[in-house]
Amino acid sequence: MEELKHINTPVDEKTIKELKAGEKVFLSGYIFTARDAAHKRFIDTLNEGKELPIDIRNQVIYYCGPSPAPPGKPIGSCGPTTSSRMDTYAPKLLSLGLKGMIGKGKRSQAVKDAIKQYRAVYFGATGGAGALLSKSVISSTIIAYEELGPEAVVRLEVRNMPLFVINDIYGNDLYEMGILKYRR
Amino acid sequence: MREIHINEIINSLEKLFIDANINLSQSVLECFERSIEKEESPAGKEVFRELIKNATIAKEEKIPICQDTGLAVTFIEIGQDVHITGGNFIDSINEGVRRAYKKGYLRKSCCDPFSRKNTGDNTPAIIHTKVVPGDHIKITVMPKGGGSENYGEVRMLVPSQGWEGVKSFVLEMVNRGGPNPCPPIIVGVGIGGNFETSALLSKEALMEPLGKRNDDAAIGALETELLEAINRTGIGPQGYGGTVTALDVHIKMMPCHIASLPVAVNIQCHAHRIKEAIL
Repeated sequence: MEELKHINTPVDEKTIKELKAGEKVFLSGYIFTARDAAHKRFIDTLNEGKELPIDIRNQVIYYCGPSPAPPGKPIGSCGPTTSSRMDTYAPKLLSLGLKGMIGKGKRSQAVKDAIKQYRAVYFGATGGAGALLSKSVISSTIIAYEELGPEAVVRLEVRNMPLFVINDIYGNDLYEMGILKYRR
Repeated sequence: MREIHINEIINSLEKLFIDANINLSQSVLECFERSIEKEESPAGKEVFRELIKNATIAKEEKIPICQDTGLAVTFIEIGQDVHITGGNFIDSINEGVRRAYKKGYLRKSCCDPFSRKNTGDNTPAIIHTKVVPGDHIKITVMPKGGGSENYGEVRMLVPSQGWEGVKSFVLEMVNRGGPNPCPPIIVGVGIGGNFETSALLSKEALMEPLGKRNDDAAIGALETELLEAINRTGIGPQGYGGTVTALDVHIKMMPCHIASLPVAVNIQCHAHRIKEAIL
């Protein structure tokens, strides 16, 4: 791989501009887990005219439902879940200032358009590499919806979390680029 | 008649599910090693390096390879000369699963289809039983993640579609899944039987050892043909583009109705977790 690229949260405009689909980056800072049930609650909350339990401006959401933390560890195995299930909710959150999403798998055209419009990024974490990804997590704190168990919103402090840029603000999509390059 | 107490079944299931979720089999690891060489894309090679590192960390730290520790799929062969004592056989399987998912800090991923309320202990297990000759019980466990399972399908083809129909169905499934089922994948294809047996055959196909071709050389050749076609899709490891989209393809086949050609495709992710024990 080429030279290692490190980025931090909160994510600023300069970082967003520099990220290109296909590159590997290492992310450090605070990120928030949220998957199916938490997203549904986010949108229900917004529809009721209420505030989200977290300020998502310039933040990164990780589509992840970790396995339980064994004693003495901040988290269990914590790889990404399939992002497409969050596609119906993502454009709204991007419009409110969310800057990054981490998951695995294809996004809808609406999400890709919102990534361009609101200047954000979609990262892929290696699906099924939950043990490896857990080594990037320094600490975890439940922020909301504790009753959802593995689906609760958890703030993770991460250091050098290995990610690939899938969708950037320039309309590039690593999944499409990859297939075009290697299809025989 | 040999007596086997349910405690043996419970203990065995507990151990197997924890072991399967934490310790990736040597055969899968070796397949990753070989794939680094085969894979042409730099990002794809990097994914394989991450997967090898992941398996090592999981083993050292005793945490699951993947946070999706799956529904608890079990295949149990019961010798016809075995008498199970001490309680209910089905309950004992679920008890073993319950203990494994609690003690092993495995994620409970089983919920009500509509309310989505979690059952809390990853039961009920998926239980497939077969009565076989002998006086042993063979237990095989395969914790199966949701991401890959979502990209399977059963389809009743028209007999005239033949092998070409089967092949295009499998490729359609692989392309539809793309990066979502966590490639590199393993593809199980069940052909024949009826609606439900084709699905079961496709799951059983996933349990075949990696790299092993079907005993019937003609079917083995079809497996190779499919594997090569899948690896020409360009999807690659994690869908980042590449030449290793699937680690293997296995076909299981049986006769079917004169009017039918049932085909099932079951996709497995690279976190290919299978362990077995004989009681």
